Amino acid sequence: MPETIKLTTPLSDQDVEKLRIGDKVSLNGVIYTGRDAAHKRLFDLLDQGESLPIDIKGQIIYYVGPSPAKPGQAIGSAGPTTSYRMDTYSPKLMSVGLKGMIGKGNRGQEVIDAMVKYKAVYFAAVGGAGSLIAKAIKKSEIVAYEDLGPEAIRKLEVEDFPVIVVNDTRGEDLYQKGVEQYRRE
Amino acid sequence: MREIEANKITAQVKRLCMEANYDLGEDVLKAFKDYYAAEESPAGKEILEQLIENARIATDEKTPICQDTGLAILFIELGQDVHLVGGDLNEAVQEGVRQGYQEGYLRKSSCHPFTRKNLGDNTPAIIHIELVPGDKINIKFAPKGGGSENMSRVVMLTPAVGRQGVIDYVVNLIKESGSNPCPPTVVGVGIGGTFERAAYIAKKALLRPIGSKNPDPELAQMEEEILEKINKLGIGPQGLGGRTTSLAVHVDLVPCHIASLPLAVNVQCHAARHKEVTI
Ligand code: SF4
Repeated sequence: MPETIKLTTPLSDQDVEKLRIGDKVSLNGVIYTGRDAAHKRLFDLLDQGESLPIDIKGQIIYYVGPSPAKPGQAIGSAGPTTSYRMDTYSPKLMSVGLKGMIGKGNRGQEVIDAMVKYKAVYFAAVGGAGSLIAKAIKKSEIVAYEDLGPEAIRKLEVEDFPVIVVNDTRGEDLYQKGVEQYRRE
Repeated sequence: MREIEANKITAQVKRLCMEANYDLGEDVLKAFKDYYAAEESPAGKEILEQLIENARIATDEKTPICQDTGLAILFIELGQDVHLVGGDLNEAVQEGVRQGYQEGYLRKSSCHPFTRKNLGDNTPAIIHIELVPGDKINIKFAPKGGGSENMSRVVMLTPAVGRQGVIDYVVNLIKESGSNPCPPTVVGVGIGGTFERAAYIAKKALLRPIGSKNPDPELAQMEEEILEKINKLGIGPQGLGGRTTSLAVHVDLVPCHIASLPLAVNVQCHAARHKEVTI
């Protein structure tokens, strides 16, 4: 595996264009959380031509539903959730500047195409590595949709948050390439 | 008759809920390490390393291995000479789950199937009870996350497909599941019985320690054969490519009707959590 690439948000087009599938990246700065319900609200706002409660230009959204934080913890275990449920909403968010998504599992072709078009990437965090990932999250604060409880949008401050590039701005897909490379049939 | 207090069961179930979610079994950790050594994909190696480190942090800091702390599933072997006092078994167990998930900072995932409203305390737990000889109670707790459970199937095969048909079905299911069940997985296979029996024995087979051999040499061979095929698929850790797609395949087989061949495949993610106690 190549050296780890360190990135700090917000990301520019150049930051994401140099990423290739399989790259190991450590993320720093602010990332936002969001799952199905929050995505639907953001999508509907954009549909109605309204502005979003967070500025997502250059930002990354992490698909996560953490376990409750213990006293003294910034967040509970916080591994990724399955991404395809966000597929309907992601292209629109990329069209207004979203640069990265973190989750687990395959994305649909329309999402992969949108990443090429709008210059964005999809990262995988290790599903089930909730305790390890929580260590990289230093602060967590709800910034929108508090009524959604664990699905509210949170602003996370992260340090060396470990991810792997799965879809890059060239339309490549590590889920496909990686498996092809190691298949023996 | 031996008397056992219901609140003792509540206390033990509560403890099991927490411990199972914080401490990954030695057998799983050993499998991570063995497969790490054999993994060819750099991304795969990196992921296995993260899983080992994650388990260490979870144990040290008493935090959940995975944020999906599952639906609570319990297998109880109830000695027929046990007399429970001070409450009923079902409620004693449900209360243990309630307390364990609340006090252990575990995520509550049980909800109504249609409204999706979260029920708030992770009950009702799913409880399987078997009556056995003796005056003890054995309780096995195995939380099950949604990602891997969603990839599981029960199918009624045509008897003519036989052993090979079963093997092909299992391998193909794992192939199609790709990254969804958080590989590396453990695969529980229940063959025979009826529709519901197959599912039950498939799930129970997941509780066997990884690395253990099936006592039936024919089934042991079948397990090896399926595992070898699965690990040639190339799916690898997290589906990003590699050799380590499954850590183990556990098969159980019981007689079935002359007209049917039930098959259940219960997929278990790498967070293969279970703990037990005998009271
Ligand atoms: S499949 Fe298992 S490891 Fe993956 S998120 Fe669900 S419970 Fe966690």
